[in-house]
Amino acid sequence: MLDALFSGLQLVATLDLQLWQIVALSLAVSLSAVALASMLGLPLGAAIAVGRFPGRQAVIVVLNALMGLPPVVVGLVIYLLLSRAGPLGAFGLLFTPKAMVIAQTVLVLPIVAALARQSVEDAWREYEEQLRSLGVEGARAALTVLWDIRFSLLTAVLAGLGRASAEVGAVMIVGGNIDGVTRVMTTTIALETSKGDLPLALGLGMVLIAIVLALNAGAHLIKEAAQRRYG
Amino acid sequence: MSAILPLRLEDVSFAAGGRMIIERATLSLEPGPSTIILGANGAGKSVLMRLMHGLLAPSSGRVAWSGDGARRRQAMVFQRPVMLRRSALANVTYALAAAGVRAAERERLGHEALDEVGLGHIAQRPARVLSGGEQQRLALARAWALHPEVLFLDEPTASLDPGATREIETIIKAFDAAGTKIVMSTHSLGQARRLGDEVIYLHQGRVVERAPIDRFFPHPASPEAAAFVKGELPWA
Repeated sequence: MLDALFSGLQLVATLDLQLWQIVALSLAVSLSAVALASMLGLPLGAAIAVGRFPGRQAVIVVLNALMGLPPVVVGLVIYLLLSRAGPLGAFGLLFTPKAMVIAQTVLVLPIVAALARQSVEDAWREYEEQLRSLGVEGARAALTVLWDIRFSLLTAVLAGLGRASAEVGAVMIVGGNIDGVTRVMTTTIALETSKGDLPLALGLGMVLIAIVLALNAGAHLIKEAAQRRYG
Repeated sequence: MSAILPLRLEDVSFAAGGRMIIERATLSLEPGPSTIILGANGAGKSVLMRLMHGLLAPSSGRVAWSGDGARRRQAMVFQRPVMLRRSALANVTYALAAAGVRAAERERLGHEALDEVGLGHIAQRPARVLSGGEQQRLALARAWALHPEVLFLDEPTASLDPGATREIETIIKAFDAAGTKIVMSTHSLGQARRLGDEVIYLHQGRVVERAPIDRFFPHPASPEAAAFVKGELPWA
């Protein structure tokens, strides 16, 4: 057991090529997914926050519920959509990194949108009258509010990134865990553990925890610094 | 440029959630005397001022300014100031930008306004970390920079200590001296006497009395205002 831990550390420390390729693919997939989810989710959250339309409350409840979407279910649905017989089968995306990006985007989108919705709604409630009194309305008001809460929005994005890099079910199903092609940190850990190759699993586990820790520390520090600097 | 005053409210009512908040208010605000809107909590003071300032639309009736461009020639200071997460100066220049003031002018006007309220030395401090009294002065500086013809103040000192209250009142007097029409709500009788020339007394959403300050306090004409001035409990 200790031997395995030591070997794992060695893999990390010696920049083992196989290990770092897996880490690089994981980051590429998750960062792409979060970028896409943010481009869609931040405006969506902001629109729900300030919009007044029938069924708004129901949309908010559903959006919040979708934050806890089980990754394997997302994987299954995206698998069905992308499989050869599925509606998007013609694109041949199944078992490629692109499919993994799509699955994680679906997983992260509700998180980014729901957290952004909450931040924007709180800020809007506070700012609306003052901005209207100053004659600021429409797009200009929206930009003012979004800029003012940019650090809260960054926290929402980082929460999404944490979720994406830590999930295993969705990428396992749509990526297929193919060696050298779609094998990421979480799927490798699952596979190697069941095979009994503990050093690689432990090495990746350490990297994964370090990444998640760094993300959360980063989010915390940014928020703290912003609070001190801007109140 | 023609004046935007007088402001006329014609039979203005405002209902929300099936409840009448303001009931058939008809009145006219003239340039000159500082107007105090007086009344107990829940009498409708804030709503009446928001109807005048255009933040709320009346359920029925009409709010009519005399001149064009009234929107930009009035300002409002709220009970709790709302500051953007940027420097004190940037909060003032933001308002100037929104009012269409040329970029080259904004900084100078911003500094002038901050000096006017005694915040010149903390122009670069983040607005949100200022004390409550300083933030309210900053809100007044933001209004000062716009040189409004009318300034609405919604209980501007309700959450401030006596020292900060005195500072705010001094600045309000400076607005008055500079020719800005003051329209202020308060439930402080002392403040009404110190700053006001006339009183509009609100009771349960209705304007029950309007009188010059020196007549209102010794001899309120309505029983509701008389009870309020004496500090009686309305249900006793």
